[in-house]
Amino acid sequence: MYAQMVTSEATNDDPAKLVAFQARIDAGEKIEPKDWMPEGYRKTLIRQIGQHAHSEIVGQLPEGNWITRAPTLERKAILLAKVQDEAGHGLYLYCAAETLGVSRDELTEALLSGKMKYSSIFNYPTLTWADMGAVGWLVDGAAIMNQVPLQRTSFGPYARAMVRICKEESFHQRQGYDIMMKMAFGTPAQKAMAQDALNRFWYPSLMMFGPSDKDSVHSAQSMAWKIKMNTNDELRQKFVDQTVPQAEYLGLTIPDPAVKWNEDKGGYDFSEPDWSEFFEVIKGNGPCNAERLEARQKAWDDGAWFRDGLMAHASKRATAKVAAE
Amino acid sequence: MTTKADLDKALFEGLCRLGDSTLVLGHRVSEWCGLAPVLEEDIALANVALDLIGQTQLWLGLAAEVEGKGRDADELAFRRDVWEFRNLLLVERPNGDFGHTLMRQFLFDAWHQPMLKALEGSGDSRIAGIAAKAGREVAYHLERSADLVIRLGDGTEESHARMQAALDRLWPYTGEMMAGDSTDAALAEAGIMAAPDSIRPVWDALVAEVLGEATLKAPESTFMHKGGKQGQHSEHLGHMLATMQWLQRAYPDATW
Repeated sequence: MYAQMVTSEATNDDPAKLVAFQARIDAGEKIEPKDWMPEGYRKTLIRQIGQHAHSEIVGQLPEGNWITRAPTLERKAILLAKVQDEAGHGLYLYCAAETLGVSRDELTEALLSGKMKYSSIFNYPTLTWADMGAVGWLVDGAAIMNQVPLQRTSFGPYARAMVRICKEESFHQRQGYDIMMKMAFGTPAQKAMAQDALNRFWYPSLMMFGPSDKDSVHSAQSMAWKIKMNTNDELRQKFVDQTVPQAEYLGLTIPDPAVKWNEDKGGYDFSEPDWSEFFEVIKGNGPCNAERLEARQKAWDDGAWFRDGLMAHASKRATAKVAAE
Repeated sequence: MTTKADLDKALFEGLCRLGDSTLVLGHRVSEWCGLAPVLEEDIALANVALDLIGQTQLWLGLAAEVEGKGRDADELAFRRDVWEFRNLLLVERPNGDFGHTLMRQFLFDAWHQPMLKALEGSGDSRIAGIAAKAGREVAYHLERSADLVIRLGDGTEESHARMQAALDRLWPYTGEMMAGDSTDAALAEAGIMAAPDSIRPVWDALVAEVLGEATLKAPESTFMHKGGKQGQHSEHLGHMLATMQWLQRAYPDATW
């Protein structure tokens, strides 16, 4: 899940309009940018889509960390294509957010100032090549759990962006699992790297769904608006149920002795992640928070002359065109 | 008289010159991942890098086939040391600022595109086929890099100064692209590859036109570095290979 703990915004709109709006949502209609919408709906969506977009952009960094060290030409090409997809996802999502009245530059500034967040998962380091497998398998796998239902979300541009994103994400997950297979069935050193990657990414992947939201009023509002489609706990359970047999196939051990099939609920039991760690990461104290934001800030600052140069050239051209007419 | 063995040796060299140049430039471009000045450039750079890595697979794959020693493209890319690389010195230049990266790309594309065009007429159909496929991709690379050089050269005072500085720094590495040696001569004579100096008129005209529109000035010095095509590189290449080849070298018995 690339948007975590998105609190929905309060709304002070005309009650009659709110009722009519809710009726449209309940009837399964898509809300389009020019339609009336409650202020809270608009603001919550900006926050959620923005956080999702930022996650795609920051998410380039942990994988970019291995593009220059990819072990074969084919692996290098696949990883490049994957990271390129992520930049593309960021682009569609920023465009979807723009239809709600916020510019990409404003969102970028909010990311860099720390006002907006990105997914906690990208604050963990990628230490071995097996991490490229684990990120695709677990991180993209968790993202898909959340994003597949979002194809049915009530806001049209977001739902449509998600259709395209989901297609690409499922390719990412498959390539991640493919790397894991090569590693798990490879030399003893490769297998050790694969297990180590699973050990490090297991709990952070579970954290991607956010803390249990069963008592959260905000979640209830987002679910009524069909901005959020499932509870965090439902998605986390689904993810564990999908992933445990995949780990077994690989001959790898989930780093949680409590993982056990529970016949009654028809799913696996498992331990909760350490939520105090999660809140520290969200606050900025994860292993890579500082590096990730520094890298984005540097890219933005170093690129200022480039963006200014293009703008200056465009305005020169426009002036020349007017003069010629 | 050139024997078939001599010609194959020259052909292996010639193919490594092409494949190593696309590999090294593709690698350099991929170093920008996630760090470009604007999202559209992240996407465009990844595209260029992907094309170049794809071309590398074809050129080095053919080189390995011609060599006939059971190696493949990956083995050539990941298991040769610096002195065995045959890439142009221009493409191993470090990225520098985004202006350097773009200028390096343009100076290379302005050679790469006409070279591939010429290779489409190769007497070796395998080379002609790769050149036709790569040529379609590189036509787009050239369009993009030329356009950006023009816009930034004729942008702000700062963007102009940065592009001029990049041009001054990279210019002495351009001559090698058009300088032939005995390997090039043998391949040209056999009708397999175009002689490097045959690209000169097109390159000169294209570069002059773009630099003119960009309000940039080519340096007057005619001094040119050379040696990359013969395996004599700058210090930068070794560091790149240390990164690129590390996994293959550290775990030689693994498959990936």
